[in-house]
Amino acid sequence: MKKGLAYFELKQEIEEFLYQEADLLDTRKFREWLDLLAEDLVYFMPIRRNVKFGEHDERENTRQGEGISWFDEDKWTVTKRVEQILTGVHYAEEPLSRVTHMVSNVRLLDVKPSMEDPDEVTVGCRFLVFQSRVEYEHYTFIGRRTDVLRRNGDSWLIARRELILEQNVLLAKNLSILF
Amino acid sequence: MINLAAGTVDREIFTSPDVHRQELEKLFTRSWLFVGHESQIPKPGDFFVSRMGDGPVILCRDDRGGIHVFLNSCRHRGMKVCRYEHGNTALFVCPYHSWSYTTDGKLQGVPQYRTLYAGTLNRDEWGLVEVARMANYKGTIWASWDPEAPDFLNWLGDAVDHFDHVIDCRDGRPGGAEVIGVHKWVFPSNWKFAAENFLGDSYHNPSHRSVDMVGMSASAQAGQRRDNEYAKGQRVWVGYPQGHGMTSGYVPDDVEYTPTYQQYPEVDEYFRHCFYERKRRLGERANLLPLVGTIFPNASYHGRQPRGICVWHPHGPTETEAWRFFLVDADAPAAVKDVPRRYYMRYSGPAGMTEQDDMENWLYATAASKGTIAKRYPLNYQMSMKLPNATHLGPGEVATQMTDQTPRNFYRVWQRYMSGDNWDSLLGRDIQPMLRAAE
Repeated sequence: MKKGLAYFELKQEIEEFLYQEADLLDTRKFREWLDLLAEDLVYFMPIRRNVKFGEHDERENTRQGEGISWFDEDKWTVTKRVEQILTGVHYAEEPLSRVTHMVSNVRLLDVKPSMEDPDEVTVGCRFLVFQSRVEYEHYTFIGRRTDVLRRNGDSWLIARRELILEQNVLLAKNLSILF
Repeated sequence: MINLAAGTVDREIFTSPDVHRQELEKLFTRSWLFVGHESQIPKPGDFFVSRMGDGPVILCRDDRGGIHVFLNSCRHRGMKVCRYEHGNTALFVCPYHSWSYTTDGKLQGVPQYRTLYAGTLNRDEWGLVEVARMANYKGTIWASWDPEAPDFLNWLGDAVDHFDHVIDCRDGRPGGAEVIGVHKWVFPSNWKFAAENFLGDSYHNPSHRSVDMVGMSASAQAGQRRDNEYAKGQRVWVGYPQGHGMTSGYVPDDVEYTPTYQQYPEVDEYFRHCFYERKRRLGERANLLPLVGTIFPNASYHGRQPRGICVWHPHGPTETEAWRFFLVDADAPAAVKDVPRRYYMRYSGPAGMTEQDDMENWLYATAASKGTIAKRYPLNYQMSMKLPNATHLGPGEVATQMTDQTPRNFYRVWQRYMSGDNWDSLLGRDIQPMLRAAE
């Protein structure tokens, strides 16, 4: 991919979008966050396993569409998660956790159809999500993320989000927050 | 610590390091424990690393097809001989000094054996430590470290009536399940809060109210809040003398199929077919539909939707490592495996919209029971204490309403392990005649 001015202009626009999106979650504007998700959203977080050298490509991560992952779901389910938090009696998030989403290492991995007139952008980044809960509970979720964003007027829709969490046994009691 | 007459349990058993240490020594070294499923190791050389109590074990299939469970620790200096979660191997080679073991546990390779160990080290005596008892029950693998442990089915007792319906095919054929994935996570709670939740604590349903409010049942996308196939039946809560406890439903002979996964006609049709085929095969036995249960001490199940077995590994007095094994019929069509797995994920485990609330409860029940003053006040297990035993509905102690009888029974047996009782006592042989006398 040619990294000329158009690349960096688009990258800056995408970064702005990702920061805005993170801000909606951290300021608990969950309904507005849902509006950024495409109707055909894929929201996927595999489980990562300890495998022998040479078997990583084949076996390290569970796969979308088969078996059991942490998340392998669509917009309907993510919407239900938001609705559940908003009931006020989803005790795993009541009282609400304090959450900060950090996004870094942003790179555009693929742009279609062209850098000058992009309709779909695949963007890679790293995430660091910190959750503080009630008094003493706190969890840190760190990993790699690949998003597919689709042009939506002067903004973007998230069509696909893949979260590679750098953990094996999950070192948290719950994944009750949104990534 | 356990007062059965008063119906109270000291909070100490959920927080004390000493109680925890004694559990590891007296309970988890004797009881049968769930290790895994044979579908995870179909071929010779296949292995899956698991846990028993606080110890890492390897479940593997040797090159003649035999199944073994070994302690995952080299006999030489203790290093784990296998740190891959699953795979296939001819040998387990210790990374530390390269001692190697065959898949049937024999010590094979000792580097520089002749010059360093000849005449001293007898290789036959230094194989991997193998469990004393191992059982493959319809594909589920169980093991015990106690050579005196009774046969698995004697130990499981009449709980098999319920458990069979968890691990058998949906159409009633015996066995035939397949593990499609395992969730592993840690949470800061005593393991017994989780185990007793599955003994049939239906009283805690209000803590899942948010799930009902938003609607995420198997048929939620078709507008169904719940696929309640037990509605027309008699719910029972049953405790067995060996400590197992569960809640199930007995539905009438003429009950019809309750549609499920209604937005997926192929899946709904599969379960419809299985429902009637199961009735045809099992007759009256098909009237029993399992909801949830705990096979003593720490293997809990979901019997219908979702479907699976969760082991609550003790990780410390106030920490548990949960491993949830998700089950489907191995020979089900692809769509029938795909749709339920998505329901399993949104229901169960740390990302499960239902189970998340449980974890919150168990964590803060543990945390709030640590205090000096809190420990002076035992927890209340008095629900339905004076209820007559509904023996006409089967063996064991049977209740037809919500009850703390199943956890009271669980802790009665727990106490017996903690006292170092013999197996007659641990199997509740003295309780069984009492139950019959009550008939």
